[in-house]
Amino acid sequence: MGNKQTTFTEEQLEAYQDCTYFTRKEILRLHSRYRELAPHLVPLDYTNSPDIRVPLTLIVTMPELKENPFRDRIVETFSEDGLGNLSFNDFVDMFSALCETSPRELKTIYAFKIYDFNRDNFICKEDLKKTLNKLTKGDLTSEEVALVCDKAIEEADLDGDSKLSFADFENMISKAPDFLSNFHIRI
Amino acid sequence: MPPKKKSDLAISVEEGMEVDATDSGSEDEARRRSRNRRVKPQRKVKCVSDDDEDEEEDEAPRKRGRKKRAKPQDSDEDDEEDKRSVKNKGSKAPRSRAAKVEREDDSEDERETKKKAGKAVPKKEKEEKNLEKKGNVKGKEEKEKDAEKNKKKKKGKLSSSSSDSSSSDSAEESLSEGEIEALKEQVEEKKQLIATLRNKPWRMKRRLLMLKEAQDFVEKFEGALGKGKGRKFYAFKVMMTKKLIKFKRDFENFKTACIPWERKIKEVESHFGSSVASYFIFLRWMYTLNLVLFGFQFGLVVLPEIMMGLPYGSIPRKTVPREEQATAMDLSVLLDFGGYSQYSFLFYGYYNNEKMIGLLKFRLPLSYLLVGIGIFGYSLMVVIKSMARNANEGGDGSDEGDFIFSWKMFTSWDYLIGNPETADNKYASITTSFKESIVDEQENQKDENIHLRRFLRVLANFLILWCLGGSGYLIYFVVKRGQMFAQMNKEDLTWFQKNEVEFVMSLLGLVCPPLFETIAELEDYHPRIALKWQLGRIFALFLGNLYTFLFALFDDVNEKLQNEKLIKNATEWALQEYQANYTAYFNTTAVPPQVVNPADVIRGPCWETAVGIEFMKLTVSDIQVAYLMILIGDFGRAVLVRFLNYCWCWDLEAGFPSYAEFAISDNVLGLVFNQGMIWMGAFYAPGLVGLNILRLLSSMYYQSWAVMACNIPHERVFKASRSNNFYMGLLLLVLFLSLLPVVYTIMTMSPSFDCGPFSGQDKMYNVVMDTINQDLPSFISNIFSYATNPGVIMPAVLLMVLAIYYLNSVSKGYQQANKDLKKKMQIARDEEKNRRNNKDSTNQVMKDLEDLLPNKSLIPPPAEEEEETPIDVVVSKGKKSLKTKQGAKQDGVNLERDVSLAAPNPRAPVTHGPRPRERPPVNTRGPLPGPGRGRGRGGPPR
Repeated sequence: MGNKQTTFTEEQLEAYQDCTYFTRKEILRLHSRYRELAPHLVPLDYTNSPDIRVPLTLIVTMPELKENPFRDRIVETFSEDGLGNLSFNDFVDMFSALCETSPRELKTIYAFKIYDFNRDNFICKEDLKKTLNKLTKGDLTSEEVALVCDKAIEEADLDGDSKLSFADFENMISKAPDFLSNFHIRI
Repeated sequence: MPPKKKSDLAISVEEGMEVDATDSGSEDEARRRSRNRRVKPQRKVKCVSDDDEDEEEDEAPRKRGRKKRAKPQDSDEDDEEDKRSVKNKGSKAPRSRAAKVEREDDSEDERETKKKAGKAVPKKEKEEKNLEKKGNVKGKEEKEKDAEKNKKKKKGKLSSSSSDSSSSDSAEESLSEGEIEALKEQVEEKKQLIATLRNKPWRMKRRLLMLKEAQDFVEKFEGALGKGKGRKFYAFKVMMTKKLIKFKRDFENFKTACIPWERKIKEVESHFGSSVASYFIFLRWMYTLNLVLFGFQFGLVVLPEIMMGLPYGSIPRKTVPREEQATAMDLSVLLDFGGYSQYSFLFYGYYNNEKMIGLLKFRLPLSYLLVGIGIFGYSLMVVIKSMARNANEGGDGSDEGDFIFSWKMFTSWDYLIGNPETADNKYASITTSFKESIVDEQENQKDENIHLRRFLRVLANFLILWCLGGSGYLIYFVVKRGQMFAQMNKEDLTWFQKNEVEFVMSLLGLVCPPLFETIAELEDYHPRIALKWQLGRIFALFLGNLYTFLFALFDDVNEKLQNEKLIKNATEWALQEYQANYTAYFNTTAVPPQVVNPADVIRGPCWETAVGIEFMKLTVSDIQVAYLMILIGDFGRAVLVRFLNYCWCWDLEAGFPSYAEFAISDNVLGLVFNQGMIWMGAFYAPGLVGLNILRLLSSMYYQSWAVMACNIPHERVFKASRSNNFYMGLLLLVLFLSLLPVVYTIMTMSPSFDCGPFSGQDKMYNVVMDTINQDLPSFISNIFSYATNPGVIMPAVLLMVLAIYYLNSVSKGYQQANKDLKKKMQIARDEEKNRRNNKDSTNQVMKDLEDLLPNKSLIPPPAEEEEETPIDVVVSKGKKSLKTKQGAKQDGVNLERDVSLAAPNPRAPVTHGPRPRERPPVNTRGPLPGPGRGRGRGGPPR
C-alpha cells in the first residue's frame, strides 16, 4: 500500500476474507464507506481493532439502504446490541450476508431475522402486518391487510400454529424465484 | 480468549487429578473419574466452572460438533458473566416448572437475578455430565479423546502455561499412529471449518475468533504432524495447499478487480432496480463473449494473413479492380464497404488460398474453417454453461402458485433500489400487485363478457400475423429490388436505393414492436402475460425478417454462382486462347505466364464477400438506427419535455409525452439478434466481430449514460422471467438458427474460384479432408476413412439415439425421485414440527438464530405498537393454552406468550430477546415460588 497509512494488517485482511465473501479491495472499500459515515468517530487505523460503533441513524443514510423500507430492521438485525449500532465487524457482516455470492441458506436466515420484527423467532401476524405496511406504505385498507396476512400464513404455515417458524419460512422462500436476485445489496 | 488467566487457574486446579490419569487402555475411565472430581469444585466456585469450559474449548475442539448446546456459550463467555447467566436461564427456564410460575411473579428483580446466578451452576454441571455420557457412549470418539488427553497431559507437564503455546515437540514422541490419524482428522475438520466459516450465520466477532482458534490449531498440529520421518511429504503437501489457497485468493482478487463497469452497473441498479441492471449485465456478458470470439478470429485468421500473407496489391483478390480505383477511396464508398474496404482483411475474399504461409507454415485456410466453426462451438458451450449455472441458482419453483402472497410479501422488494423515484414506483407496483391478487382471490372468475374478449384476442392475433406476413413480404420484395438495382449502374442510384434493404429492415424493427403493443391492448391480458406475448411476437418478427433476408440472399448467391461459372469459363477460354496464340506465334510449347496487372484481371463476383458486406451493412445500419433512436426518442424527448414544460399549457412531465422508459425486452431482443447476425456473418466477414466489439463497448457507455440521463423507472416493474435463462434461451435459439445457414453454405455451396481461402476447392470442407489425407500420418487418415463409412455412421447415430433415450429416461427417473424426496421431506418436516415441542435436541440453525439475538442487556424498550400484539396472539393461540391469556392481558407480553408456548420446549427459541424489556412487569406478577431460586432448587426436571 506504499506510504499510505495502513488500515488493516495483512492478517486482518486475510481473516476478513476468510470470514466474508469479499475480496481485500472490497473490504478496504467497505472500511472507507464505513468511515465516511462518521469520519470523526471512525479512525483510519484499524490495526488494533478499536471498539467503535456507528449509530443506526447514520447507517441508514447510506444510499444503499436509504430507500429500503426495512432498513432499520436490517441494521438492527446485524448489530450486536440490537439497537442498530454497528461496529465495523457488524458492518462487514451485514454486507457480506447481503452480497451477491452469499448462499441462499445464509440469506434465508438473515431474511427471517429481518422480517421477524418482534424478535420472537417466529413471524407472526403482527410481523406480517408490519412488513406489509412497510411494503405498501400503508396503502391497503386494514381488511385487505388482514386478508393478505391470513392468506400468507395459510400458504406457508405447515404446522398450523398460525405463525411462521423458521422451517416454514425456509420452505417457502427456497422456492421463491426472485428471492436471490432481490435480496442482495451491492456495495 | 481474554480470560486466559482464569483458565490458568482452572487448569492448575485440575492438574493434580490429571496427572494421575494413565495413558493405558483405561484412560477413559480415568478421565471420567477426574471429571467427576472436577465437577465438585465447580459447583462451589462459579467462575471456575466458567473457565473450565473455556479451557475445554481449547482442548476439545472436536467436541464442538457434538455439543452443540455448549458451543455458543463457549465463545460468548469471554464477554461477561452475567450475560451468560441470562442465557443459561433463558434456555433453561422453559424446562423447569419454576419457569411457568415465574411469569406470575413480577415483583423483585434482584431475586430473579440471584436465582439465575444460582441456576447457572447446576445446569453447567449437568451439561458436563451429559457430555461425558455421550463421550462414553460413542466409542468411536475415544481415539480423539486420547488425543485430547495427550494434549492435556502435556499441558499438565508444562504446569499450566497458558495452553495453546504448549510445546509441540514434546508431543511428537508420544504420538502413536492412531493418534496421528485422529489428529489429522481433527486438523482436516478445522480446515473444513475455516473454509466454510463464511457460510455460518454467526456474528463476525465470533467468526473471527473461531477462525483464529482454528488457524492456531491447524498451525500447531500441522507442524507436529509434519515433523519426523516419512512425514516430509505431508508437510510438503500442507505447504503447497497453503500456497495454493493463497494464490487462489490473490487470483480471485485480481479477477474481481478486472470485472469492468461494476460501478456503472451498480449506479444503474440503484436507480432502476435489478431488472434494468440485468440488461447491462447481459450486455457485459455479451461483451466478454465477443472479446473471446474476437481473440480467435483476430489471432488465428486476421493477424497471420496480415503478417505473413502476401501484401495488398500483389494478387487480384487483394487489389481493387481498375474500374473501381477512381472511387475506391471515397468516403461514401468506404462507408458502404466498397472500394478499399471490400478488398481488405475485413472480408472473406481477401484471404489467400495458399496452403501454408510464412515461416511458421501456418495453415491459413484450415485455420479459417476451424475458427469459423469453433466460434459456434465456443458460443454454444458458453451459453449452455451459463444456462446450467442459472438453472441451479433459481429456486426449483415447482410449487408455483402455492405461495402467492408470501412470496409477494417477502421477496418483492428489490434491495438494490436506491433511488427515491424508483422506490416510489416500486411501492406503487407492489401495492397494485397485492390489490390484484386480492381481487383474484376474492372472485376467481369474473368474465363478464368472455365472447367479446375472445373475439378481440382472435382479432389481435390475426392483425399481428398479418403484420408479420406483410413485413416478411416487404423484405423479400426489397431484397429482390436491391438485386435489380445492383445490376444497374451505380451512379444512377440514389442513396436510398442503395441502402433500401437495411433501411427497410431497421424501420420494420422500429415500427412493428410499438404496433404490436398497441394491438395487444385489445387482448387485455395480465401485464406479465402480455409481456411474454409481446416478446414472442417481436422475436417472430425479427426471426422472420432475418430468414426472409437470408433466403433472398441465397437466391442472389445462386445467381452469382451461375454468373461465376460463365466468368470462369470465359477466363479459362481466354487463357487457352492466349496459350494457343502464343504457341502458334512463337512456335514453342514453353509458354511464359501471362503478365497482367492484378487490377485488370477478370474476376468473379465472389459471393462470399458480397454476403459479408450485406451483414456488415446490416449491422452498421442497426447500430445507427439504435443510437439515433436513443438520441431522438429518449434524449430529444427528455430535453423537450424538460424545457418546454416551462411554457406549456399542461404538465408535460407528468402528462402526455413524459419521459421515456427503458424498454428492457426490446433492448435485450435487439442485442440477441445483433449477436445472431454476428454469428452468421462472422464466417464471411472476419472483421464483423471486431465491429461488434466496438458496438458493445460504445453502447455500454452510451446506453448507461442515456438511461441515467433521460429515462425514468418503469411504472410497473415486471421481470421477463424468473432468471436470465429466458434471455439465454433466446440466445441459444438464435445461435442455433444462425448456425444453420452457415453450415449449410459450408457443406453444400462451392466456394468462389478466385477469392477467399478456399478458392480452387470444390467444397470448403475439402481443406480438412486434404489435411487429413496428406499431412497427417496415414493411419489417421485410415481411421477417418473408416469413420466416415456409412457402415460406421449408421450404428453411431443409432447409438446416440439410444444414449439420448437412456439419458432422458434416467433424468425422468431422477425427477420422479426428486419429487418423492420432496414429499418425504415435507412429511418429515411436519412430523418434526409436531414433535418439536417436546424435543430437547435442536437443529443448529435454530441455535444460531438464537445466538444472533442482540445483547440482552442493551435491548431497547418495547415499541408502542407491540402492545397490541398479545391480543391477536391470544386469539390465535387461545386454543393452545389458556394460561397465555392471562399473561397476554398485560402489556408487552409477547415474550411471555412465547415462554408459555415454548414451555415444553427446552430450546425456548425466543425468550431472551424481549425478556429484559419485560422484566419489571413480569416480576410484579407474583412471588416466585421458593424452589425456583438459588441452587437449592436442585437439578432441573428432565
